[in-house]
Amino acid sequence: MSNLQPSKSSSAKEGLRYPSSGKTIYTRPLNRTKNAEISQAAFAYLFGEMISYAQRKVTGIQDLEKRLNAQGHPIGIKLLDLLLFREPARTQVRPRTIVEVLHFIKQQTWVHLFGRQADRLEKSNNADTPEEYMIIDNEPLVNSFISVPKEMSQLNCAAFVAGIVEGICDGAGFPARVTAHTVAEGEMWPGKTVFLVKFEIEVVDREAYLGDRK
Amino acid sequence: MSYHFIILGTQDNPLFSYVLGTSKQGGDGQARFPPSAAHLNQFVLHSSLDIAEEVQWGTGHLYLKCIDKFFNNYISCFVTGSNTKFMLLHQPTQQGPGVTTRSSAAIGANPTSPQTEEAIRAFFQEVYESWVKTVMSPFYGLNKEIRSPVFRQKVAAAGRKYL
Repeated sequence: MSNLQPSKSSSAKEGLRYPSSGKTIYTRPLNRTKNAEISQAAFAYLFGEMISYAQRKVTGIQDLEKRLNAQGHPIGIKLLDLLLFREPARTQVRPRTIVEVLHFIKQQTWVHLFGRQADRLEKSNNADTPEEYMIIDNEPLVNSFISVPKEMSQLNCAAFVAGIVEGICDGAGFPARVTAHTVAEGEMWPGKTVFLVKFEIEVVDREAYLGDRK
Repeated sequence: MSYHFIILGTQDNPLFSYVLGTSKQGGDGQARFPPSAAHLNQFVLHSSLDIAEEVQWGTGHLYLKCIDKFFNNYISCFVTGSNTKFMLLHQPTQQGPGVTTRSSAAIGANPTSPQTEEAIRAFFQEVYESWVKTVMSPFYGLNKEIRSPVFRQKVAAAGRKYL
């Protein structure tokens, strides 16, 4: 049984190899030192490879976006706890409402990933879809070296970022579908991207219930 | 005082389990659960999940303090951002006639005292750090069992330090 206390000799029997320096992931600090950033060129190269990997045997653009989304999803779940852990103890709180989750994404997550906040948060104007929210980024960093061919103009490779956002929402207990859409705004922001966050209906119901109880 | 610590995933599936005793007040770190408790503890811990899921929406704090009591078992809970739950069942030693009385401020003598609450908070916080490091491993996925012996040592060390 796994819950038995391990005897002293058990670690030798496990057959696991430890690094000779004795350093495991558990000895590394979780707090990032300032300026520990990776080069954008390296990321762009890797991201390009990720897209061509996802593109193998795809049936269409939607399928490709779905695969990019799936690549980002586990990152989002892991990022949520990492960023929460790095918060100072006083403000270390789980997001409990939709607005808190979106603020967490717009601020902490975007700053961590891209070094700046997302540009805008918006709620859908349409009364029929109260579960839709939008995170707007005028110039997504991931798309800076991506040029989409004309016949695939529907594609937005920020679907990867949408996957990260979806992972954070799902992890925090706000199941949602997140998609990335290009909404060019004239000459100024040709790559402007809207992340459409569509929460499951039960999230909205719970929010209304919790709001009533207060 | 005897402790049973478990980590539960988002599907209420157990990921990690560890039994320990107090190391404070000259304790030897061995749990003193009755023989039947091994199964009973798991039932008691899981039955507190309903309460944990209710309390977690009332407060944004990760540490929910002592949320439930079942006879002589007290359950403290800690919820991580991604809804994984750390649950600690603590059972004070029954004061038999032969046992010398301990001071009431001692950790364990009074399971709901602020001192105990603080000690458990420190324990959870330390486990949380190790847990986040586990999660950051690219080979670890959501709701997978934690098998790392290093993680187990870390939990044992945190238990010795605070409980």
